[in-house]
Amino acid sequence: MGMDATKKKNRTPFFAQPAVQTLLASLFCVLFGLVLGFIVLLIIQPGTNPETGDLYAWEAILAIVKNFFKFSNHASRVKNFGNTLVKTAPLLMCSLSVLFAYKVGLFNIGAAGQYVVGAGASLYLALGLQLPWYVCLLAAAVAGAVWGAISGVLKAYRHVNEVISCIMLNWIGLYAVNSLLALVKDPASPYTLKIKENAASSVLPSLGLTKLFPGNKYVSLAIPLAILFAVLVWVVLSKTKFGYELKATGLNKNAAKYCGMREKRNIILTMAIAGALAGIGAGMLYLTGYEEWSCTQASVPNMGFNGIAAAFLGGLHPIGSIFSAFFIQHITSGGAYVDKTMYCSQISDFISAVIIYSCGFVLFIKQNAQRIRNRRIERSLQLTKGGETA
Amino acid sequence: MILLIQYMLIFASVLLLVALGGCFSEHSGVINIGLEGIMVFGALGGALVMRYLPDGTAAVWVILLSVLAAVAFGMLFSLLLGVAAINFKADQTLVGTAMNLLGTAAATVIVKAINTAENPDNVSATIQYVQAKKAFLVNIGDFEFNWFMALAFVLLLISYVLLYKTRFGLRLQACGEHPQAADSVGINVYKMRYAGVLISGVLGGIGGLVYITAGVSEWKFENGVAGFGFLALAVMIFGQWKPLRIALAALLFGLFRSLSNVYMGFDLLQQLNLPGTVYNMLPYIISLVVLALTSKRVHAPKAEGIPYDKGSR
Repeated sequence: MGMDATKKKNRTPFFAQPAVQTLLASLFCVLFGLVLGFIVLLIIQPGTNPETGDLYAWEAILAIVKNFFKFSNHASRVKNFGNTLVKTAPLLMCSLSVLFAYKVGLFNIGAAGQYVVGAGASLYLALGLQLPWYVCLLAAAVAGAVWGAISGVLKAYRHVNEVISCIMLNWIGLYAVNSLLALVKDPASPYTLKIKENAASSVLPSLGLTKLFPGNKYVSLAIPLAILFAVLVWVVLSKTKFGYELKATGLNKNAAKYCGMREKRNIILTMAIAGALAGIGAGMLYLTGYEEWSCTQASVPNMGFNGIAAAFLGGLHPIGSIFSAFFIQHITSGGAYVDKTMYCSQISDFISAVIIYSCGFVLFIKQNAQRIRNRRIERSLQLTKGGETA
Repeated sequence: MILLIQYMLIFASVLLLVALGGCFSEHSGVINIGLEGIMVFGALGGALVMRYLPDGTAAVWVILLSVLAAVAFGMLFSLLLGVAAINFKADQTLVGTAMNLLGTAAATVIVKAINTAENPDNVSATIQYVQAKKAFLVNIGDFEFNWFMALAFVLLLISYVLLYKTRFGLRLQACGEHPQAADSVGINVYKMRYAGVLISGVLGGIGGLVYITAGVSEWKFENGVAGFGFLALAVMIFGQWKPLRIALAALLFGLFRSLSNVYMGFDLLQQLNLPGTVYNMLPYIISLVVLALTSKRVHAPKAEGIPYDKGSR
């Protein structure tokens, strides 16, 4: 009887469960970002729309949150839903890349650069050499892996902080890829040639998804593949010995070494895998023909950095990443539908930046909540103990 | 040749200012990845002042007010890092990344809102300051001297003295090396770290202003500052967190950056026939190589990146 009672007492209450807390924290960050975005919109244009009687700012926020739902007609809704998914796939891959490294104690700010070299490798093999799509995708993975492994080697053997080496590699990658892809550039514009017209065999197969999304030419294998990768990362990290070793290395390098794990190899391998994930992400976008690479771009694409956002917003869980990546892409795409006579689409970027920023506070708040809870439990335990002795 | 030196000096001034900012922040124990965002905000502050000052304003006032605005905006923005990293012990890399994204996004939203409010057809994120910019320049023969070059030099000297010759500077460094020890002798680590972060806001903000007035007379805020904050980070590392070495590194990296602009003017370089991007890439490659060769000997501030928790002393 007594045993049962204590067991019941020790069961974690609903709101103290880690998964629930993580979800709540992420929802709070999202809400905070949206509220701040709303306030900014309100400052820019505080007026009310005379036709609908709603605040302009409210309408803009709704447009962002609704994204493709704003279309009343089913066909365009589905088509735009497809477009959001097309861009979610690479974002998910980048967030998996960040997450994978983070679980091993490495901050992969270099996902951006690994993504860039992935784009360079896949587009060059596609447009320059007309190789089939799987070769291009594999090349993207290899390029990303090499880029990540450089940071890993520098970290393992030369004690160079991976954040710093990743930042340097981001820019080296950008300039290198700009030069490389200038070879397969459309002579009339700064963009690379259109892949659908110039390298049809390199376009990712649609797997019949175009039937699910009629009118959308860009949905492809990439979408289910990215979800598959999320599951794979989850399995590797939490169900395999390899994943356990990697996490142990991240928690304490020296302890892992003492236990006979090859900690140097683990660090390099982690960065290579993280890099491969981000590289594949780039292939998943550029091999659909949804976008072309601009060979004159002066800054590293935000995709990799948004991957950091998605990773943290997803509670650093691969499955959570699926939803957070979709959400971030959802509001980014939604930004295109705000009323351009007053607002600009970058308000979405602003909102996602605020969301990442607020993710920084999550850990602190969680720890404090835990501390308060522990203290309460301790006190109640002391009380019951006191009762027994008396 | 004169053009090259001119470009080199102005780019070096930008890099020097921003890298010194990073140096103060890191010596206090806070890694500042958000320098890029701070630069954008400083640039925004300065650009707004230059835009709204009436055309006939005396040069002194233009310089003074725009620098003050850049300082104010830079400091304000750096507070985002301060609050998150010092009070809330947030992951500094995460917050820095968020700041970089936020800087460009917020600046674009603000500038576009201003432009659109004035003229509904103007949806650009560009601010022009053709007239105001002339206040910064003095022509000495063919050489276009920019007051910011002098400012950067003065701030270098001040930084050196502040960091090595004053009680404040030594205490600041103690907080970055061993905050627990610093705390045990009565130094307020939190305050010192705030000081470090805010100084990086001041210098980064000015750096941003200098950058957008170097060579151009309008700025498109959608582009942010095109990686100059990260380049400054490379300068700081190459300079091994020491002001004087940072100055030399800034000159070297400034040279590379200006070569990518004007290398066509040199027969020798033209014969090498390297694409312009190589000169853009070189600074990053060099810092990476230097890091790889020296990182076992040379150390960054030991406690940088680790949030200080008084309770865990």
